[in-house]
Amino acid sequence: MDINAIRKDFPILNQKVHGNPLIYLDTSATSQSPVQVTDAMSEYYNEYNSNVHRGVHTLGTKATDGYEQARMKVRSFINAKRYEEIIFTRGTTAAINLVARSFGDVNISEGDEIVVTEMEHHANIVPWQELAKRKNAKLVFIPLEEDGTIKLENVEAVMTDKTKIVAVTHVSNVLGTINDIKSIAEIAHKHDAYITVDGAQSVPHMSVDVQDLDVDFYAFSGHKMLGPTGIGVLYGKAEILDKMEPIEYGGDMIDFVDLRESTWTDLPVKFEAGTPMIAEAIGLSAAIDYINEVGADEILSYEQELVKYAYDKMSEIEGIEIYGPTEERAGLITFNLDGVHPHDLATALDSDGVAVRAGHHCAQPLMKFLGVSSTARASFYLYNTKDEIDFFIDSLKRTKEFFTHEF
Amino acid sequence: MNFNNLNQLYRSVIMDHYKTPRNKGVIDDGTMTVDMNNPTCGDAIRLTLDVQGEIVEDAKFDGEGCSISLASASMMTEAIKGKSIGHALEMSEEFSKMMLGEDYDISEEDGDIEALSGVSQFPARIKCATLTWKALEKGVKESGQ
Repeated sequence: MDINAIRKDFPILNQKVHGNPLIYLDTSATSQSPVQVTDAMSEYYNEYNSNVHRGVHTLGTKATDGYEQARMKVRSFINAKRYEEIIFTRGTTAAINLVARSFGDVNISEGDEIVVTEMEHHANIVPWQELAKRKNAKLVFIPLEEDGTIKLENVEAVMTDKTKIVAVTHVSNVLGTINDIKSIAEIAHKHDAYITVDGAQSVPHMSVDVQDLDVDFYAFSGHKMLGPTGIGVLYGKAEILDKMEPIEYGGDMIDFVDLRESTWTDLPVKFEAGTPMIAEAIGLSAAIDYINEVGADEILSYEQELVKYAYDKMSEIEGIEIYGPTEERAGLITFNLDGVHPHDLATALDSDGVAVRAGHHCAQPLMKFLGVSSTARASFYLYNTKDEIDFFIDSLKRTKEFFTHEF
Repeated sequence: MNFNNLNQLYRSVIMDHYKTPRNKGVIDDGTMTVDMNNPTCGDAIRLTLDVQGEIVEDAKFDGEGCSISLASASMMTEAIKGKSIGHALEMSEEFSKMMLGEDYDISEEDGDIEALSGVSQFPARIKCATLTWKALEKGVKESGQ
């Protein structure tokens, strides 16, 4: 992996913030896009902007090709069996809401149980809370270990004959925990439950094979994997999606429309009412090309090297608390510095040009589990370097000094 | 390194209020209790007031937050004590103007709150400084005082 060549593809990184070179350590919130992605999108707008799936003119055909090729690219990227299993959505949140509404409302009845974990992002808790309320069903939590991991025997322990859905994240956006989805799926299926997975933090950073994992639903977002905002993916097994009803109605998704009755078209467009995110799909497609060109495994091992380097150096700072597992963690580190509120920490780092996230990371139940109201998080991607981490560590140390000296 | 900027934001009077907060706690028999949180960051404060007639006889705050939000709460409770509710709301309005970088009217009588003027240079932190004032406004509105 040629890091210098890669960084040249990300012009946004070549700027100063408060007089210092930008060090972008907030990829877990949103990743940066290479020029290949933004070029593909402006090429669409400048050369073949047109609506898809309608009309016969040349631009319309080209736009439709671009949009549908993006779907095929996603299919092979996560190794789905069929392209109909790839539904484009606004993002992970919209994808999970689609499952909770369309699949959940039909398959959950009073007294049924929905299994989630305390490490979920709000996007993978709130839709299930609301489903449980609508149906008088019960939310059941898989208990977490102290280091923020899940033991498979605890998954097994919460399963009952009432369990209908297991909703779990692949990678925690706070702890960096990598969950054993394949085994959790096996447990869910053994109990005749369905499994739906939040893949927002996994797909950008590791090879994901939905057939091998044997998941029923899998959701992720474009903007965390070098792509644009406003597009995400819901993967679902075709035999399940086929039986589900749309939750949005209108253009594109219909088959026949009569004055009082209509029928729906087939997968996947059945779930994509209205003009879809065409430029964004084309951008996502270019992002997948970029990841494939560098190599998903290469990216993962480079990130692992970075996170280990950062983890070891951060651990040496006095008064730091790092959350999550020590081994086998994804490319992010969530922490607190004794005596410095994460917000103050993020402001201080920002004045050094270092962008980190501070707050509850859309995971308030997890903050409660950790016994804190907020934390700071540094996250890494293929465009970060060890030099950047060195500067970040130095900035952390100076920040600690700044806030703990006598004012 | 550009920590000079930081010195403007984190002036010693602010850090003093953060490290030695005034009026920290809860008034058990207060006439007004209001909880306010900042959903984007997890900061949460509880403001209790004892209002007799028009006058804020006592004011306390409790909660968790960053130095800016807690210092602001500490400063506000000091500033509004002994003042009328009407005056306190006027101060809140002037404080908001100060945060937006507009002309404002805050006098020495209003205590230390002007020390937070530097926050206007840090847009991401304005909500931290105004959290306590929003709590005050919400409390007044809800209690009809």
